[in-house]
Amino acid sequence: MNSNTPSTSAGGTGSADSTAPRRNSKRPKYSRFTQQELPACKPILTPKWVISAFLLVSVIFIPIGVVSLFASRNVVEIIDRYETDCIPLDSRNDKVGFIQSPQDKTCNRTLTVPKRMKQPIYVYYQLDNFYQNHRRYVKSRSDQQLRNPGKEDDTSSCDPEDTTADGMRIVPCGLIAWSLFNDTYDFTRNNQPVTLNKRDISWKSDRDHKFGKKVYPKNFQNNTLVGGARLDPSKSLSEQENLIVWMRTAALPTFRKLYGKIEVDLQAGDVINVELQNNYNTYSFNGKKKLVLSTTSWLGGKNDFLGIAYLVVGGLCFFLAMVFTIIYLVKPRQLGDPSYLSWNRNPGGR
Amino acid sequence: MTGDRRSRIHLSRLYSFSLVRSIFRDEHSQIGQKGYSRVVYCNDPDNPKQLQLKCSSNYVSTTKYTVLNFVPKSLFEQFRRVANIYFLLVGFASFSPLAPYSATSTLAPLLVMIAATMTKEAVEDWRRKKKDIEANNRKVEVFGRNHNFQETRWKNLRVGDLVKVYKDEYFPADLFLISSSYDDGICYVETTNLDGETNLKVKHALNATAALHDDHSFLQFKAMIKCEDPNEDLYSFIGTLFYEGQQHPLSQQQILLRDSKLRNTDCVYGVVVFTGHETKVMQNATEPPSKRSMIERKMDKVIYILFGILILISFIGSVFFGIETKNDIRDGESKRWYLRPDNPNLLYDPKRATLTAFFNFLTALMLYGYLLPISLYVSIEMVKVLQSIFINQDPDMYYEETDRPTHAQTSNLNEELGQVDTILSDKTGTLTCNSMEFVKCSIAGISYGRVMTEVERALAKRKGNVLPEGGYTSPDEYMDSGKSCKGFNFNDERVMNGKWVHESHAYVIQKFFRVLALCHTAIPDINQETGEISYEAESPDEAAFVIAARELGFQFYERMQTTISLHELDYQSGQIMDRSYKLLHVLEFSSVRKRMSVIIKNAENQLLLLCKGADSVMFERLANDGRVFEAATRDHIKHYGEAGLRTLVVAYRELSEEEFKSWEDEFLKTQTLVTADRDVLMDAASDKIERDLILLGATAVEDKLQKGVPECIEKLAYAGIRIWVITGDKMDTSINIGYACSLLREDMKQIVITLDSPEINDLEKQGDKEAIAKASGASITKQIREGKSQLNSAKESSVSFGLIIDGKSLSFALDKNLEQSFLELAINCASVICCRSTPKQKALVTRLVKMGTGKTTLAIGDGANDVGMLQEADIGVGISGVEGMQAVMSADFAIAQFRFLERLLLVHGHWCYRRISMMICYFFYKNIAFGFTLLWFEAYASFSGQPTYNDWYMSLYNVFFTSLPVIALGVFDQDVSARLCLQYPLLYQEGVHDICFSWIHILGWMLNGVISSMIIFFVTTNSVLHQAFRRDGHVVDFEVLGVMMYTCVVWTVNCQMALSIDYFTWIHHFFIWGSIAFWYGFLLVFGAVSPIISTTAYQVLVEACAPGPFYWMATLLVVVSTLLPYFSYRAFQIEFRPTYHDIIQRRGSDGSETRKKTDPAKDNFGEQETLLAK
Repeated sequence: MNSNTPSTSAGGTGSADSTAPRRNSKRPKYSRFTQQELPACKPILTPKWVISAFLLVSVIFIPIGVVSLFASRNVVEIIDRYETDCIPLDSRNDKVGFIQSPQDKTCNRTLTVPKRMKQPIYVYYQLDNFYQNHRRYVKSRSDQQLRNPGKEDDTSSCDPEDTTADGMRIVPCGLIAWSLFNDTYDFTRNNQPVTLNKRDISWKSDRDHKFGKKVYPKNFQNNTLVGGARLDPSKSLSEQENLIVWMRTAALPTFRKLYGKIEVDLQAGDVINVELQNNYNTYSFNGKKKLVLSTTSWLGGKNDFLGIAYLVVGGLCFFLAMVFTIIYLVKPRQLGDPSYLSWNRNPGGR
Repeated sequence: MTGDRRSRIHLSRLYSFSLVRSIFRDEHSQIGQKGYSRVVYCNDPDNPKQLQLKCSSNYVSTTKYTVLNFVPKSLFEQFRRVANIYFLLVGFASFSPLAPYSATSTLAPLLVMIAATMTKEAVEDWRRKKKDIEANNRKVEVFGRNHNFQETRWKNLRVGDLVKVYKDEYFPADLFLISSSYDDGICYVETTNLDGETNLKVKHALNATAALHDDHSFLQFKAMIKCEDPNEDLYSFIGTLFYEGQQHPLSQQQILLRDSKLRNTDCVYGVVVFTGHETKVMQNATEPPSKRSMIERKMDKVIYILFGILILISFIGSVFFGIETKNDIRDGESKRWYLRPDNPNLLYDPKRATLTAFFNFLTALMLYGYLLPISLYVSIEMVKVLQSIFINQDPDMYYEETDRPTHAQTSNLNEELGQVDTILSDKTGTLTCNSMEFVKCSIAGISYGRVMTEVERALAKRKGNVLPEGGYTSPDEYMDSGKSCKGFNFNDERVMNGKWVHESHAYVIQKFFRVLALCHTAIPDINQETGEISYEAESPDEAAFVIAARELGFQFYERMQTTISLHELDYQSGQIMDRSYKLLHVLEFSSVRKRMSVIIKNAENQLLLLCKGADSVMFERLANDGRVFEAATRDHIKHYGEAGLRTLVVAYRELSEEEFKSWEDEFLKTQTLVTADRDVLMDAASDKIERDLILLGATAVEDKLQKGVPECIEKLAYAGIRIWVITGDKMDTSINIGYACSLLREDMKQIVITLDSPEINDLEKQGDKEAIAKASGASITKQIREGKSQLNSAKESSVSFGLIIDGKSLSFALDKNLEQSFLELAINCASVICCRSTPKQKALVTRLVKMGTGKTTLAIGDGANDVGMLQEADIGVGISGVEGMQAVMSADFAIAQFRFLERLLLVHGHWCYRRISMMICYFFYKNIAFGFTLLWFEAYASFSGQPTYNDWYMSLYNVFFTSLPVIALGVFDQDVSARLCLQYPLLYQEGVHDICFSWIHILGWMLNGVISSMIIFFVTTNSVLHQAFRRDGHVVDFEVLGVMMYTCVVWTVNCQMALSIDYFTWIHHFFIWGSIAFWYGFLLVFGAVSPIISTTAYQVLVEACAPGPFYWMATLLVVVSTLLPYFSYRAFQIEFRPTYHDIIQRRGSDGSETRKKTDPAKDNFGEQETLLAK
């Protein structure tokens, strides 16, 4: 019953109480962890550290910048903007009308190779002001349907290109597929046709896992309003690489997409004739169209930005390192000079 | 057995004064009416009438939730936070086509967060539940149907049950006391759990029932009680007992309250009156006010700002979206034909652009929701709990003697500890030990006792005197020589060890100690094994006297009903003799009388009145021939007072038989009076005999300062914390204690505000209350004005001021009109001492400081009288000392000793403040850095609401990729080590000035977030533009850009964390680098599952990003350039505008190498002093 040990109240000698052995001491156990004394490194930004850090960055960044810039400069790139030139002069007042008319839109372009281009030479089309990243556009597709022949009916996310006017399911459905790019390019050099390899231009994972080998186009572009290219109903989707490339939507409104690969070297001064079918309507939204032939380096295509950015950051760090060195040499500060403390003048009422 | 002995005696006469007669008061007439409707059928709980009343059971539950309401109630609690409601709405909306993300990815983090919080709540509640179960299952003996006492559990008690409670047991419910093991039905009760007072209280059964002693007598016991309804007033009880056809009034004297403890009484019998939640203590258990820290309140504001930003950018975005959508059809022609504007739906309709824009606004609200840190609240709570564990586990704040570690009762206020501006402290028990030690005495005009008090030592130090070497300076030195025991710290070879018999005034000395041994109400308690005697006394002072008398040869060993027995050392024979004294009357101590007397008859049939009391009342009562030593004694008392001792004057007188008889008749007559002014008449009666006293001497007891108090206060003052002491003591004592604990220094000017002036005293004698109030008010106003002008004139010089104000003046100074100017005066003084203040004034002063300055206040106290103050202050710290648990229960932190406050504030407070504020800033940073990349991307996607990243990257952002390092920061980071925190107390000012959580600081971090997001977005997009990013000619598409940017975000925020913390342990490394590694790991695993689930993340790392060097080079560039602005800023700041902790950090790291030769502590302290002097 006497579960509560009596404690002597104040005033007693309390000897009986204090001599009793304390079995369960509440003393916290000491450990480096609970005392927050774990071994730790405490980095302090001393001038030496700051200068070394800046120097380190510049020493790493400047060479990288130089190398990347070289890589970018070694890439040979031919860009031909053709969306205006490929409209006959008399139709240029109504480009949209021209492009929507059924007349022949063949257009011949001549490209001159400025420098030797080693194969493989990648052929891209570049569109401008085209919002492949618009939410309505991005969402308008059905991954299930593209992949699985049994899920042809899964078109709920494809609005407004889910069914034909008479209610037939479209395969592949959705705005993305519907607006497939349909300009074509044929290359000849010295009247010899240059073969264009249009295989292996898409990601392998897309061909193998996202687009089914047994899924064939159905009712595609059967509506009154035809968006872009038609597809060969006898070829499975996984074989239609131009579609696969197109369906990997671009992140930004200006983008290039692979059209094919030229697998022969082009020599400097070579003249390349391009027979071009100008079918795709970018005129409604004032978009540009460009044909791009480019070699690649280890870093990819031609873009000086990365190299320059590395050089700028490296240079800036070098500059800052110099500034700090000068300050450090000219005006070395006292260790922990407290004269900057704002509350010194009124230290808490003392 | 002592108990058997005690049960034979009637102690009621000893307590003749405290005994409240059974009187029907006015209130009793209300019984049966509203508010007084309770009826108890004693010993008949099964009475159908009793059952009809439906009193609650004795089952007590203090839990917040029950099993049934846990889910709804805790959910409700959580969704009281605005941010959480937002996330819930987003969660619901995510099922609609409006949502930019899939529903699961939106709800998952919310659910994780809610689950975490609910688990925390459940664990906390389970702890309370366990305590309840323990209390409910305690056993008590109940008089059962088979007419004997049987054990039952507390929870099974019902109103009307007759119970028997044994010594040292708690009362299971509010009981009506029938009788006790004492014949006269008294019992002793300890109410520590209720009001914190440790002294024993006497409860008294009605005479009508006191005789019911043994179990059999209850067979026929039937009675009925009608009484008040359950209420929370601990100090009153109104009821009527209907017993054997008679009505007996019941008062609080017959009520034993639940949670108080039976002491010194073998057992009591009682009837359950109130059970369970109807008991007074449960009715009293109000929820302590929930306190929120300043930082959290500010954080709420920042969250509102973020809400504002969220709404603003959503609005702007939707306006742009609306315009662009409207432009998609112009003159009936589709512009962006690939979007099919001719075939619109609700979310995209160029013809109804406004509506479309509105829906887009809703989508955007969800899209940019990442600006609001969903996991902030739960992370902060987790961090705070972990911080509290560190506080609880600190062995440097553990007190060996009472076996008490520091305990954080709430984890809400950890960071507030780092911002304390003013400490308001109680004195007794907080600064002092609250254990009285008999230190000195003055007998027959000679001062004895050579131990130096702490105040004396402080005084000597202040005057620059060298402490006498080898003198009687240290109490420790003499610990071995004499018998050392608690309450006695007296040393003088002239009187110790029986040598007093050789003193010239030996007979006076004998009388003196006899008074000490006889004039008290203590009860001896003989330890059966050792034979040692301890005493149970009403106050520690009294115990000290009895012990002193014992040590000097007057051992009080037995108290009978009317006799007190001593083992006495006879100075003539030098022998120990047993002497018994017949106790005739006890004239009790009261705060009005300020004295206490006993009237005894000794063996020689001499009648003696022995009296002890305050000097202010005693000297005027001395007989003309009893003033022999008056001058010397007065002088000694003055010295003792200066030394911070409490003094009492000891005197006696001999009574003649006739004188006593005539007085006793009158006294007894008064005693039986039943009028309202009985107490006054009793005082008057006592007054008649307590005169013509003969002075013997004076005692001085010391309430010792706790160990380390002066050093701690000095340290806290160095830290710039203002310390106010609010005490009930006399002004002189308070000032002396102020000196002793270095609160006041010799070089300080004192401003004393008091009403103890001749004019006021004159007015008081006239008794014109209005005039007094008027004059007092005017006097206080004048004094405050004078004080201020003194302050102003001294502004240029470095003199600091100490303000001392007494309770009466305080009541005027706290008046609405004077409040402000008083506060102005007070906060400009370095130390403030309020003496003679009441508990209510303590709370009022606290409120004044809190409201008036807007700064953080901390109140520290140990007693029930400090509860108001503790609850009023921003932080309440309770000292778990001798005065029970009341203060601790209502405090936010419990420490065992005042000196632990130093570590609690300077180390833990400082750390927690920095940690929490950094953590919150960082939270805002990381969410802004992430959220704004979405916005920049939207600008390139017509604000259509398409997120840049895969749904799951985003939803895991706050939960996995960035949260653990923040928690590590919040728990472990420290700018400087504990040693340096204590060495440079000024560092604490960083918290007081809110350096780490100032608006500039917060906005700076937010700006840093925006800059980071811009660099991440623009550098990434420009470096990928449209060219191939690999040798095989592939270009960057939506999937790859998302991964690239996200990688940069994860790296950046984690590296930013690594840059901004000051303390890297393996835990930090593990969490920071682990989070980054986790991102890659996640991408690998998630990229490997079916593309239906992973969609855009499918194989993106393995196939597209990782093989080419471009991805890695872009990451390196972006991360370094994002960190560059912050790094350069910090580098320049440390160089040109270093904060105090930067300096100390640097000094700490350099000092460890170079300063070894000199004494670093002393050296640095010296520097600090010069620093402070500026």
